[in-house]
Amino acid sequence: MATATAQTAKEQSHVELERRMLRQMLLIRRFEEKAAEAYALGKIGGFCHLYIGQEAVAVGSLAALRDDDYVISSYRDHGQALARGVSANAVMAELFGKVTGCSKGKGGSMHLFDVERRFMGGHGIVGGHIPLAAGIGFAIKYRGGDQVCICYFGEAAVNIGAFHEALNMASVYKLPVIFCCENNRYGMGTAFERVAAVTDVVEHACSYDMAAELVNGMDVLAVHAATQRAVERARGGGHPTLLEVRTYRYMGHSMSDPLHGVYRTKEEVEEQKKRDPISQLALKLKEEGVLDDARLDALDAEARAEAEAAVKFAEESPDPDPAELHSDVLAD
Amino acid sequence: MPTLTYRDALNQALREEMQRDPGVFLMGEEVGVYQGAYKVSRGLLEEFGPMRVVDTPIAELGFAGIGVGAAMAGLRPVIEFMTWNFAVLALDQIVNSAAKILYESGGQIPIPLVFRGPNGAALQLAAQHSQAWEAWLSHIPGLKVVAPATPADAKGLLKSAIRDNNPVIVLEGEMLYNTKGEVPESEHLVPIGRAEVKRPGREVTLVSYSKTVGVALKAAEQLAEQAGVSAEVLDLRSLRPLDEAAIVESVARTNRAVVVEEGWPHCGVGAQVVDVIQREAFDHLDAPVLRVTQADVPMPYNKQLERLAKPTPEKVVAAARRVLYLD
Amino acid sequence: MATKVFMEALSPTMEEGRVVKWLKREGDPVTSGDTLAEVETDKAVMDLVARADGVLRHVAVAEGQTVPVGNVVAVIAEPGEAVGEAGAPSAVGSAPGAATAPAPPAPATRAPPAAVADATRVRASPLAKRMAREAGLDLKLVTGSGPGGRVVRRDLESAPPRAAALAAPVSPAAPAPAPSEPRTAYRAPEVVPGGAAYEDVPLTQIRKAIARRLVTSLGPVPHFFLTTEVDMERAAEARDALNQELGDRGEGKVSFNDIIIKATALALTKHRACNAWFQEDHVRYWQEVHLGMAVAVPDGLITPVIRNADRKSLLEIGREARELAEKARNRRLQPQEYTGSTFSVSNLGMFDIDEFTAVINPPEAGILAVGSIVPKAVVVDGQVGARRRLRMTMSCDHRVIDGATGAAFLQSLKQMLENPLAMLL
Repeated sequence: MATATAQTAKEQSHVELERRMLRQMLLIRRFEEKAAEAYALGKIGGFCHLYIGQEAVAVGSLAALRDDDYVISSYRDHGQALARGVSANAVMAELFGKVTGCSKGKGGSMHLFDVERRFMGGHGIVGGHIPLAAGIGFAIKYRGGDQVCICYFGEAAVNIGAFHEALNMASVYKLPVIFCCENNRYGMGTAFERVAAVTDVVEHACSYDMAAELVNGMDVLAVHAATQRAVERARGGGHPTLLEVRTYRYMGHSMSDPLHGVYRTKEEVEEQKKRDPISQLALKLKEEGVLDDARLDALDAEARAEAEAAVKFAEESPDPDPAELHSDVLAD
Repeated sequence: MPTLTYRDALNQALREEMQRDPGVFLMGEEVGVYQGAYKVSRGLLEEFGPMRVVDTPIAELGFAGIGVGAAMAGLRPVIEFMTWNFAVLALDQIVNSAAKILYESGGQIPIPLVFRGPNGAALQLAAQHSQAWEAWLSHIPGLKVVAPATPADAKGLLKSAIRDNNPVIVLEGEMLYNTKGEVPESEHLVPIGRAEVKRPGREVTLVSYSKTVGVALKAAEQLAEQAGVSAEVLDLRSLRPLDEAAIVESVARTNRAVVVEEGWPHCGVGAQVVDVIQREAFDHLDAPVLRVTQADVPMPYNKQLERLAKPTPEKVVAAARRVLYLD
Repeated sequence: MATKVFMEALSPTMEEGRVVKWLKREGDPVTSGDTLAEVETDKAVMDLVARADGVLRHVAVAEGQTVPVGNVVAVIAEPGEAVGEAGAPSAVGSAPGAATAPAPPAPATRAPPAAVADATRVRASPLAKRMAREAGLDLKLVTGSGPGGRVVRRDLESAPPRAAALAAPVSPAAPAPAPSEPRTAYRAPEVVPGGAAYEDVPLTQIRKAIARRLVTSLGPVPHFFLTTEVDMERAAEARDALNQELGDRGEGKVSFNDIIIKATALALTKHRACNAWFQEDHVRYWQEVHLGMAVAVPDGLITPVIRNADRKSLLEIGREARELAEKARNRRLQPQEYTGSTFSVSNLGMFDIDEFTAVINPPEAGILAVGSIVPKAVVVDGQVGARRRLRMTMSCDHRVIDGATGAAFLQSLKQMLENPLAMLL
């Protein structure tokens, strides 16, 4: 009887987790749609790399982390920031370059930071932040902590030296780092197989004697489970993992790029959308009878409202004071 | 006051700071078991263990990045480059990560970090191993750059650099490691951004730093002996921030200046010094400021050619005579 | 297409100008050539005219404000045209000569080029320039020992300080001396503290110009002075006769001043050595006589020029002198009316000054200072009698005029005044 109750409680909490992940993916989707709109209206400048299609990766993996773990990402960082709990307001305001943004308007889309949530930044140079993740892992180990650091990067970063140097040292020093490669198949407009001799990213782990796993990135539950296994290896034991998460971006590389261009077909994009991570999870929850259409619509409406409120908040926020130009160049 | 080599002064600074702050660690190629390519880290592995004196693979970009990441998480790494020529491979981490993260995070994440190693030419190491990088590094906002000339300054500046909450570049010199000088014991801190008059004088200021301080001092001696000229030797010590006040103060007294630098002439450190002088001491100038630099060529291997390429006391004397209208 | 309106150099020596009055307001339509504003230069109040058609926009300088030449003072643009960029005023009210705006278009009314061509550049180190400025030395007189003749510190340290003491009272307040200041002898005297025993009045444009011009005179120019006394009886008789002849014809009267000017001009035609300019490396002897006539104006003086005075009749001279003096007092002189004189006359007779010395107006080589005509007891033909007498003093630039040369000129002038008929010869 006691076992049955425990079982039910566990199931219940799992349902809660799934619902929460659905809600987060919806928020990211709606947020990015609003960001695209604001970009088209000239309210967001510079580069703006959207996460639509890849929501399951950030949401599934970050659900497996603790609050005191570290997160670091590339320039495609809106999804991870939101999934990590940085408010939609603070992220949108940062895209708008406003002082209420999570980096005071000085970083922009590619440089979201929230040190309280141990969100250690979006970084703009492909692969340049992978050694930083190893460094954070080094600091954890140095202090004897049991935190982990998860590092997101695209498959194109695998071709850069920093990836290999970082993976080698993380393995040599046994650092608690999860290298999460979001393989969305294209580095900007170049298909991975055209520029990579080894097209299965996981295979690179062999070179560095590292644990690795190939994950379906359109299945948030699969991402979550794989990350949990990686976290277990890292926490305490200090064994890094390379996750290759196969995903797909529906949008162009950035807002200044075409949706599919000539490097991939419209049909391919449409085909991929059939595997949409949000639809898949919603369908699963409905089949399990823990979600109905009304509840799904309500969740979606909530996400839309939150994204819209974020735009309003960003629009109404002030620009940074001109004095901010010269602050934060050096620390005291 | 004990007399130490520049190398041992650096070693002392590292040891003292590692004893003082458990967050300080040293990482780089050959720093541990080998005791340092130039023996700056001699004895540290034995004292502090492998977690704090970390040998790395030959992967400058990687371990520089590990340093930045560890600093992001609150440690105080000291990253040793075997020479700054190899650090070019790590420029992405120095320039794009270390110097940027505080600013682009809106002030949330400071990077308390030291990148150090020998800079500039030694002897007959040819083009790739003889380069002076200070102009490149001093160009970057978000970094501090120091270039000590004496054992005492080496110790005092390295200690200040380790305690600084910003990425600090410490430029050492292979030819300086064996030089000797008096070094104050324990708490000797030299503030970053403060130049020092190494030899007072009245008629011409020789602006120098790192190895060129020795060159300038020799030139000053020759000027006094040969022409009765009283030359002041100003040691910049820090290249970023630059002690503009000290430069202006000295030139306002002497009315003439020669800048002696290790790097190439084009867009060099001396150009920045000259900018300060023309901007802030214009009405004090009695002659155009001259620069003595490395020849504008890759460093040749041949000994005679190499000597021709480097700044020498004779070249400084010639330049000083010109600004004094003695020739 | 927006057109910037610059503070233009409305006089050859103008470095900054004060907007006295805007005649057009923001939003007013303007046509090229329209007067936009009245500007007080160092010499006069001049018109600043439009150089484009459109609407006056973005007036950046308020009435009463002084800005360096070259600064943007307004913008002329189409109605509704954005002028944000073009209209951004450059540093308003910065130090003279600090203007960094593009060079203003050359004013249409330039003085004869010769008048400005004497500003030959002196090569000197910045330090030497500062030392010379503080000591009141003229660098043109110092031989430079540096490359290309550059004057450097040691050249000044060996130069005699002779001119300095003379120049000190009129030299502008010296900047705070630098620690390296080699000599302290030339510093302005300390102001005695305690009580408001003085009033600090900012220099007007004209006062600044006077100060700037005159320290280049008595300081560096080696003056000497020649005085003579002239019997004006016959000149007075001639004047009376002429004025009687003119009667009430409305053509004006002949004054002593007109006679002196005419006589001076004629004497100069005979003594070209005194009708000259000292230039950097040469002396320019003028074929024509253009006489500068010092005129007191409120808060200063200016020397309008009677051109070719030797060839003009007394009536013409008189009429021109009156018109120029009137314009000068109203600050309406145009640059060509006060530049290019070859010799000057300063007459303080109306102030009951018996005699005085005048400061040469460089690059001219001489100036005549004329006192009042006073009756004096003198011996004429063995008899003591009352005669109207005039004392005048010529200041000479010794670099151009030697004692005997000046004396010969003065003698001719004296003879002409004492025998006015000689002027007809």
